[in-house]
Amino acid sequence: MNPRLVLGVAVSVVILILLTGTAFTVQQTQQALVLTFGNPSRVIAEPGLKFKIPLAQRVFYYDKRILDLDPQGQDMSLIDQRRINVDAFARYRIVDPLRFYQAVGTEASFRDRFGNILNGSVRDAVGRADLADVLGAKRGAVMHEITEAVRRRAPEFGIEVVEVRIGRADLTADTTQATFNRMRSDRMAEAADFRGRGQEQKSRIEADADRERTIILAEAEKQSQTLRGEGEAESRKILNAAQGKDPQFYGFFRAMEAYKGALGDGTTMVLSPDSEFFRYFNAPPRP
Amino acid sequence: MFYKQQGGGPWGGGGGGGPWGSGGGSGGSGGGNPWSSRGGSGGGNPPPDLEELLRRSQERLRRIMPGGFGSPRSLYILGAVILFFWGLSGVYVVQPDEQGVELMFGRYVRTTQPGPNFWFPAPVGTVLKPKVTQTNQLTIGFRGSPGNIREVPQESHILSGDQNIVDIQFVVQWRISNAGDYLFNMRDPEATVKIAAESALREVVGSNPLTAVITNQRDQLAQQARELLQGIMDGYKAGVTILDLRIQKADPPKEVIDAFNDVQRAKQDAERLENEALAYRNDIIPRAKGEAARLVQNATAEKERLVKEAEGQAARFTAFYQTYVANKDITARRMYLEAMQEVLSKSEKIIMDNKGGPGVVPYLPLPEIQRRSQGQASAPQ
Repeated sequence: MNPRLVLGVAVSVVILILLTGTAFTVQQTQQALVLTFGNPSRVIAEPGLKFKIPLAQRVFYYDKRILDLDPQGQDMSLIDQRRINVDAFARYRIVDPLRFYQAVGTEASFRDRFGNILNGSVRDAVGRADLADVLGAKRGAVMHEITEAVRRRAPEFGIEVVEVRIGRADLTADTTQATFNRMRSDRMAEAADFRGRGQEQKSRIEADADRERTIILAEAEKQSQTLRGEGEAESRKILNAAQGKDPQFYGFFRAMEAYKGALGDGTTMVLSPDSEFFRYFNAPPRP
Repeated sequence: MFYKQQGGGPWGGGGGGGPWGSGGGSGGSGGGNPWSSRGGSGGGNPPPDLEELLRRSQERLRRIMPGGFGSPRSLYILGAVILFFWGLSGVYVVQPDEQGVELMFGRYVRTTQPGPNFWFPAPVGTVLKPKVTQTNQLTIGFRGSPGNIREVPQESHILSGDQNIVDIQFVVQWRISNAGDYLFNMRDPEATVKIAAESALREVVGSNPLTAVITNQRDQLAQQARELLQGIMDGYKAGVTILDLRIQKADPPKEVIDAFNDVQRAKQDAERLENEALAYRNDIIPRAKGEAARLVQNATAEKERLVKEAEGQAARFTAFYQTYVANKDITARRMYLEAMQEVLSKSEKIIMDNKGGPGVVPYLPLPEIQRRSQGQASAPQ
């Protein structure tokens, strides 16, 4: 073998080992913690090609980006003891890798420990609120309260909490069933109300129509009676005017009319021959 | 597919992180490749022993580099060739829907536009090519495409402000607005878009009553949620633009839909009842008016009749009276006799002379009279 070749290969291998042990890159998304024989010696926040002492120093990489912490949702009580399932999530950033390393070491154990703190804070805040607050108008305030509570614990982990938000806030399974029942009964009441109102409206309109009809007919009746009365008065006035000229003759005239009208077929009359009608029955008038 | 960070990440040292290339450990590995490829090319089957292999490749090298392997000149040539091919591998193409993000030793240097570009190859440089123009869509409350929808109730059941449950399915469309922010500010922005979208919509729905959500204000709420979501993502500097948040379905849950439909039916019923009543009204009022008109017309006619009759009677009386005044005695007597004749001609007559004295009791055959009058009454039949 060529001794030069052996030398070349040996030199290459040594250079390779030295480079591997000395140079390292910190990515744009990363920050790094360098430990010298286990003692933290520096924190590298800037990305790029970095160097260390081989064998003596070790590098731990941490993410510099905003990270997610999405613990499982859990059941908790509201101020009125109703149970809901709240799913909160946090967004955070590691700002002090040394502290983070000392406190939890890895992200997995951070998730575990800080997840509990987050859930505890959510439980506290939700336990002081009622459902309407958690759902709607005061949701922002509740989330802010949780964020503040979690932020107080952040420095001991070397992190910065960007935000905590409530994702889902759902009723628990049995409460959901009760809610469905209530929704159903609400709707039934609404439906009954519509039908009732419809019936009411119908009765109103019909009664109103009936009233109108009665008034129209009564008005017509009144008018017709008035007309009849006028007719009768007019009639009497005309007759009075004519008959008043000789009441005595009218009496005679009317009596004759009445006899003709009243005494007709089927009347049996017992007459005396002395009556005026039979005046000439016994004898003609003497001249 | 758009650019996606693969799991792992930085935990446990520089070895992880798919797209970041191999970490810090690969500093000198670039020099090794040409050697091994050259060495391997001489080999054949069956596997030759190492000594023979080395010898042959040396011979070949010696032919290319006359100075002999190991001489300074041949090393320069070798180095130049290696450098050339290494450099050549730094040419890359950015597709029209992409941007190129160039990193040197992991540090962000610049962003390049579509077209051929050059950047240092590994291990010095890395190029990431996120798809910035692509619109990404995520569905919440359901999975799959229209026609093949699988519902996800734990996502779609949302509590409204009046504590009712609404079944909502919605779609979020988003795009990378800033490749640098998207890649470097947040881990897994896509998952965050989804979780934040859910949070935003739930917040908006939770501030509104059920009826507003399922009826008229749907678009308005979607718009509010979109703005809220954009605000959240901007707060994270995630480099994401929310293009659209569209509520595709907002209904009462299946469990109670019957009751809701019944309300609609009840509304129809109420309308129907009202219409029936109006029909009744429209029927009877004109009839009553007609009836009223008839009554008034009849009365008017009656009045006219009475007046005319009276005028007639008056005229007749006046006529009689005038003849009576002209000759009172004769007229009266004639009237009397005419009337008597008319009356008596129609009636039964019994003429009794009372001169026989009061002792004679007149016998009236009443039964016979009755019979006769009955006979007369039934005669016309």
